[in-house]
Amino acid sequence: MREPRRRSSLAGGSPRARWAIFVLLVTAAVVYVYPFVIQVANSFKTDGEATRSGMSLLADTWTTAAYTTLFSGSAFPRWFANSVVVTLFVTAGRVLFGSMAGYALARLRFRGRQAVFAALVGVMAVPGVVLLIPKFLVIRELGLYNSYPGLIVPLLVDAAGVFIMKGFFESIPVSVEEAARIDGAGAFRVFWSVVLPMARPALVTIVILSFQGSWNELSHFIVASSDPSLVNLTKGVAQLAGGGLGAGNQYPLKLAAATLMTIPVAALFFIFQRRIMNTSAGAVKG
Amino acid sequence: MSVKTDRGRWRRRARANATGWAFISPCVVILGLFLLIPILMAAWVSLSDWQGRGSPLASGFVGFEHYQELLSGQGLASKDFGLSIRNNAYYFLLVVPSQTVLSLTLAALVNRRALRGKGLFKTAFYFPSVTSTVAITTLWTFLFSASGAVNAVLAKLSLDGPNWFNDPRGIFHLLFGVSPTPAGAGSAGFLGIGLWDWLAGPSVAMCAFILMAVFTTSGTFMLLFLAALQSIGQETEEAALVDGASAWRRMWHVTLPLLRPTLFTVITLGTIGSWQVFDQIYVSGHGSPAKTTLTPAFLSYQSAFVDQQWGRGAATSFVLFAVIVVFTLLQRLVTGNADPTEERPRRRFGRSRRRSS
Repeated sequence: MREPRRRSSLAGGSPRARWAIFVLLVTAAVVYVYPFVIQVANSFKTDGEATRSGMSLLADTWTTAAYTTLFSGSAFPRWFANSVVVTLFVTAGRVLFGSMAGYALARLRFRGRQAVFAALVGVMAVPGVVLLIPKFLVIRELGLYNSYPGLIVPLLVDAAGVFIMKGFFESIPVSVEEAARIDGAGAFRVFWSVVLPMARPALVTIVILSFQGSWNELSHFIVASSDPSLVNLTKGVAQLAGGGLGAGNQYPLKLAAATLMTIPVAALFFIFQRRIMNTSAGAVKG
Repeated sequence: MSVKTDRGRWRRRARANATGWAFISPCVVILGLFLLIPILMAAWVSLSDWQGRGSPLASGFVGFEHYQELLSGQGLASKDFGLSIRNNAYYFLLVVPSQTVLSLTLAALVNRRALRGKGLFKTAFYFPSVTSTVAITTLWTFLFSASGAVNAVLAKLSLDGPNWFNDPRGIFHLLFGVSPTPAGAGSAGFLGIGLWDWLAGPSVAMCAFILMAVFTTSGTFMLLFLAALQSIGQETEEAALVDGASAWRRMWHVTLPLLRPTLFTVITLGTIGSWQVFDQIYVSGHGSPAKTTLTPAFLSYQSAFVDQQWGRGAATSFVLFAVIVVFTLLQRLVTGNADPTEERPRRRFGRSRRRSS
């Protein structure tokens, strides 16, 4: 590792070092992706075959039985719809409120800023499960138990997201904002039309993390409702993974469910992926 | 820009306060309602004999009884708690350094200008991060089953893979070939766990979860490092290159100090995250085998929602809270003093005011 790097220059180093790094990266990439190939391949097998030979990618008996069972023999479609609704609301809230709060903490000077930041850091350190018992009580007290607002509102702000946005705003130059402010633009205008566009790489990260965070959230939904019609994907599939629908390992069924619940977050990532490469570099150069 | 009169200054400040609070209030209200108030209620529950019925505010005060129960080292509750702390401590010790080093390495390699197929690599490394813990645990129990894919690969290397998720043996015990329960061991100890068991290391089952955590988190943290590396820009590196610094020295002396804020974020998030292991335990086995994958987070849930011991559950989570605070502060102390340069190097533009003051 050290050898090729030391020899390399910014242009990429000697051809041999470049190849060594390339091969290393390809190997790592295969290790990261192959488990998911196995997952998809085995979701199309019979139960017995998946248990016996999980490594093989081609099924002896190709079957879509797992998917048929999920769609017509379980509440899977309902879980999926619930996850979509909750995730869309939560992501919108987290992006907006998180970037606003991060900006305020990084740039705006106001009384109580230090206290809010300290509280935020404190809140971030609180384990989520500390809150399971009393969050359940607060949700019930507010009449939100077994309702969509109960699933959504408590997740609308994510302290970690605020933390990341604050860090990002601190790392980008103030000069552009100052120019806009000298031009007479108000704080909200500066934020909306100057700061947010510059913060695009961080915002994309937050969108991805928020979507992912709420789509993948489990513990909150365990305590926020008991109504079967409000079960979301994570809760539903967790029950499925624990018990299954009937006898046997039912690996194909579980892997099919895991595959389907991964598709939306994967799709979102592929859509936003190109934007991640754009950076704020160059904003001040002109 | 300078403010000439006191009145002007006062007005400016009032407006700045109003603006600041307008930006931060949605965040403060929601976090207050669903984090701060619940925390206070949980604090009360941990000191009360609430049984899960009616309002917890109407229940009786029992003082620190639940905490004593956990920390005394006597009885099953304390032993379970000690086990969960041991399991999670090894998890933390192995996961945080691995995920930080791995994600930084991946980011540094992917960020190289000459690399072809950058997007593909980024996609590959980030992909495990997009999946839910529920989905990945489902996949993991399949891959690490007795006749699963992982053991098939190990068999090709003529290694005999363990029955991962059913193997409670500690890896240090296995490594040194010692018996898990020698005569005379396990009598004295901390939190009801003997020294021998404290030193057992994570169980084989826990190791599967550790691998899973590194596998799923390194992509997210790689993204954070990449964003920071890109915002540092290449001018800084080019300047160092002109000075004739080698790649390794550039990384160590130029890039890494500039990455310190991100490094701090990654290690902080990693530390906090690695003490909150819940979902994967909920999905697979509830702490089995032999409670070696039991974590404080899951134990707290189980005490309250399954065993109806709400006070003990809340107390467990507060001790866990204390553990997280201590580890975060320790980490802050370590990473904060590791670099001799007092002032954090900033980006090339902006912040000039700060330097001049």
